[in-house]
Amino acid sequence: MSGFLSIFKGKQQEPGAEVQAPSAQTKDERFYRAGQWQLVWWKFRRHRLANFAMIVLGILYFIAAFAEFVSPYDPLHRFKDFSAKPPSVIYIRDTEGRLRLPFVYGAIRARDPVTMRPVYKEDTTRIYPIKLFVRGDEYKFWGLFPSDLHLFGTGDPQMPLFILGSDHLGRDVLSRIFYGARISLTVGLIGVFLSFILGLVLGGLAGYFGGLVDEAVMRIIDVLVSLPAIPLWMALAAALPQDWPQLRTYFYVTIILSILGWTSLARVVRGKMLSLREEDYVMSAKLDGESEWQIIARYMLPGFTSYIIVSLTMAIPGMILGETALSFLGIGLHPPTISWGVMLQDAQNVQTIAQLPWLLTPVVFVITAVLMFNFLGDGLRDAADPYVT
Amino acid sequence: MPENQVLVEIKDLHTYFFLAEGVVRAVDGVDLVIKRRQTLGVVGESGCGKSITSLSLLRLIPPPGRITQGEILYYKPSAGDNGSVDVINITALNPNGREIRDIRGNQISMVFQEPMTAMSPVRTVGQQIIEAIMLHQKVNKAEARKRAIEMLARVKMPKPERTIDDYPFQLSGGMRQRAVIAMALSCHPHLLIADEPTTALDVTTEAQILDLMRSLQNELGMAIMYITHNLGVVAEMAEEVAVMYLGKVVEQTDVKTIFLEPLHPYTQGLLSSIPRLDESIMRGEKRRRLQMIKGMVPDPYTRLKGCPFHPRCPKVIGDVCDQVEPASIWVRPGHMVRCHLYAEAVKSGPAPSH
Amino acid sequence: MPDLMPQSSPASSEPLLVVEGLTKYFPIRRGFFKRVVGQVKAVDHVDFYVQEGETLGLVGESGCGKTTTGRCILRAIEPTDGRILFRDPKLGRVDICKLDKEQIRLVRRNIRMIFQDPYASLNPRMTLLDIVGAPLRAMGLAHGKELEDRVAQMLQLVGLRPEYMRRYPHAFSGGQRQRIGLARALAPYPKFVVCDEPVSALDVSVQAQILNLLEDLQEQMGLTYLFVAHDLSVVAHISDRVAVMYVGKIVELASTAELFSSPKHPYTEALLSAIPLPDPRPREKRVLLTGEVANPANPPSGCYFHPRCSYAEEICKTHEPEFDEVTPGHYVKCHFGRELSLTGVVRMPDR
Repeated sequence: MSGFLSIFKGKQQEPGAEVQAPSAQTKDERFYRAGQWQLVWWKFRRHRLANFAMIVLGILYFIAAFAEFVSPYDPLHRFKDFSAKPPSVIYIRDTEGRLRLPFVYGAIRARDPVTMRPVYKEDTTRIYPIKLFVRGDEYKFWGLFPSDLHLFGTGDPQMPLFILGSDHLGRDVLSRIFYGARISLTVGLIGVFLSFILGLVLGGLAGYFGGLVDEAVMRIIDVLVSLPAIPLWMALAAALPQDWPQLRTYFYVTIILSILGWTSLARVVRGKMLSLREEDYVMSAKLDGESEWQIIARYMLPGFTSYIIVSLTMAIPGMILGETALSFLGIGLHPPTISWGVMLQDAQNVQTIAQLPWLLTPVVFVITAVLMFNFLGDGLRDAADPYVT
Repeated sequence: MPENQVLVEIKDLHTYFFLAEGVVRAVDGVDLVIKRRQTLGVVGESGCGKSITSLSLLRLIPPPGRITQGEILYYKPSAGDNGSVDVINITALNPNGREIRDIRGNQISMVFQEPMTAMSPVRTVGQQIIEAIMLHQKVNKAEARKRAIEMLARVKMPKPERTIDDYPFQLSGGMRQRAVIAMALSCHPHLLIADEPTTALDVTTEAQILDLMRSLQNELGMAIMYITHNLGVVAEMAEEVAVMYLGKVVEQTDVKTIFLEPLHPYTQGLLSSIPRLDESIMRGEKRRRLQMIKGMVPDPYTRLKGCPFHPRCPKVIGDVCDQVEPASIWVRPGHMVRCHLYAEAVKSGPAPSH
Repeated sequence: MPDLMPQSSPASSEPLLVVEGLTKYFPIRRGFFKRVVGQVKAVDHVDFYVQEGETLGLVGESGCGKTTTGRCILRAIEPTDGRILFRDPKLGRVDICKLDKEQIRLVRRNIRMIFQDPYASLNPRMTLLDIVGAPLRAMGLAHGKELEDRVAQMLQLVGLRPEYMRRYPHAFSGGQRQRIGLARALAPYPKFVVCDEPVSALDVSVQAQILNLLEDLQEQMGLTYLFVAHDLSVVAHISDRVAVMYVGKIVELASTAELFSSPKHPYTEALLSAIPLPDPRPREKRVLLTGEVANPANPPSGCYFHPRCSYAEEICKTHEPEFDEVTPGHYVKCHFGRELSLTGVVRMPDR
């Protein structure tokens, strides 16, 4: 019992209270009456890195959900006069040394006489302050509500704000990353959801029935795990017709990703099922006259849901990387769909990287998302079983 | 008792564990003396600090644990056996340094409750004993192997020449514990710390191991610090007994006195709460209620004011026991008790001699 | 020789539980197709009976089959062979081994079990109300407010406060958890309780509390116990009669007083002599066993104990002894049960 007290913040034991059985009114009563999820939460809250990761991921998913509003421009909007523009520099002090709200200078485009590439020079006479809630490109929020309100921008089509620069066609990289998050961050969720169903059902069957079913499922897993992932994906992806609608391709890509993803979860579920069957409290439930269904639902499932959540969280980064890899190789999603992987296709050759290094910024987002999921999974794993002291 | 009879002296030892949710005072002011060739039994319930005391002695306290106060003096008998001793302050040594490693496993060695955890599962019994011998003694491998076989024969391992090449999992629990004892004794230590070495064993195997340890002690002349919760085992093994409760030694005296005339209410409570095999069974009395100590051991983060036993004590003195911590009282030479009940009977303070 | 049967009313002179030839073999499987390559004879033709209101102790070393025997009685483990006759208040006299699924549910209302490990035996994700109420709800004995009242009553009975009902097991120490397990076992007001090492995981001072509680409840509720344990002092304290098991068989069964003062099986003698006594005075005689417990997958011929027995003769190697009643109520499985004069751990008072 003592080890658990560790997860209860601000706990202060009164001297001798536990010797005389504490009355229902002591401060610890809240801890004593806390169920599994409450304990998991308390324990999770003590894991700083995981909490930080949770906040970062929350922001990323917020961006993905409200991409139309959060991004300054339409991701397909081509600013013809500003192609391949490096990231804008944001100033708070003007040429006369006065402090002002963040602003950017206007830009003058020229061409390099040798390479014929556009070169931008700052025009310090024109100042474009960065404003919140500006009107700009029109969009239909979630395809439903028409609006033209954006969280931030210059609000002036003469000088758009390119925080992460623009690509060859003059599209805003930041806006594209925000839109791309939609696909890249959800492909993981949906893939994991499919893995979850497959893993839970097949792992559960193997663990509950044992014997031949168990053998069969485990051998299938052995075979799947031994297949090299990238060639398999490539083969499957190559089989997808190129003229399918984007949504359908997207859906099939997630299925391809989850074909390999379910195996680890099935193993977790099977193992937990096998070990829980041997628990004294499960035998006791049987002797209490609980039905098989009750035993599974009330005694066994709650025993490993937290483990499932952990292993799902840990599986998401793999899915995100999978989508990125597939699209980068050109066998997953294609333009005009926007995903981080698709964006990285533009940065495939050394020349581009040398001249437009800002096109690599989606990588930073991929790394951030993957790292944060791993941190979150770490924290969840530590908190998953609050009953182990 | 002449001074050179003392082997280890623990003075006011405090070993605390600093956890996020509070300080666990695992050992909270322990004084103990282990004499040469003597068996000291340390008894107490779980969480009383008996194992941590022994780990402190070997400086094996894992972080976040730390010895915060007190000292452990090791009176190392010099090689010539001329009666002179080197005094080593174990608490002052670097826990990973050369000196403590020279003591650990060589002059003071340890046997744990679960023999499987004390041995590596991937190496044979012989390899592990030979390694222990070669680490501390300057002998070649053939000689070490010879000594290892000798040692296995000493612990009455059947067919030691063959068992030496067995892996631990090939041995039964009792045989494994014999192998561990052989390993612990391979360097002829001055002190053997035995931490519940028979708790995981069946009663007939336990009897064999206890018998073995007694005869080995006679042969090799070492001191034993025997840690257990089983009062029966203490009665069989120990000459001197220390009873611990919540990180403190509450009573210490010779084995006869502790069982026949215990003074501390906790010792008395422990003794009367164990079922006895005595004449009352013969009378066929069904309802022989056991005396019991009320309540339970408080959780380790608690720090009680006054005597740590006062909330459970049947003889508690109001406004005294819950306020003032009792000091060590020597009711007579050789019998220490930490209890206010005996404060008036004798003047408190250390005994004139041990 | 005094009558060693417990004093009992004439109506209940027929035992509450009779076990005849109870056998449980666990198959040893190997290879991909799980072929059976051998049998572990965990319980091997065990006979005993338990009178209403008494406590039968079942002792033996680890792996001797005592726990398996206890679990077979509830069909928590399916026995391989044998009969378990139980006087059920509703069903009448039934052979538990032959009951169908529905009937076994009914019998489990009257035969309950207490587990050894107070941590593993309570579902950490359920409140005390759900844990103690589980048998009542699942057996359809109570629901709603009635169930809550009954749980409150059970908690009070085992010495816990009814307001703890909304707490989870993590709020309690080992001893308190064992009380919760006891409340759950007794909630349907059973007749018979299999106590599987209920105090061996507890500290000495807490162990005494639970032993006293078990005795009090036995008196109050008219319970009958099968008390499975390895600690002989505890068994001697709580049992009216004691059965000693060795490698799947009962080798001796007698009243506690007889067994501890004048055992008739050499294994019992060795077992008693090995108990460490909390008494610093030297022991008179000590029998130390040599060798190891026999392997139940590959037991020796004849009497399983003969390789370790100091009294063994030729016949012991070849013939398995019968389980004989050598004096009224004293059964021994030894060829020389009538002849040997062995030493107990307690001396008979001089008469």
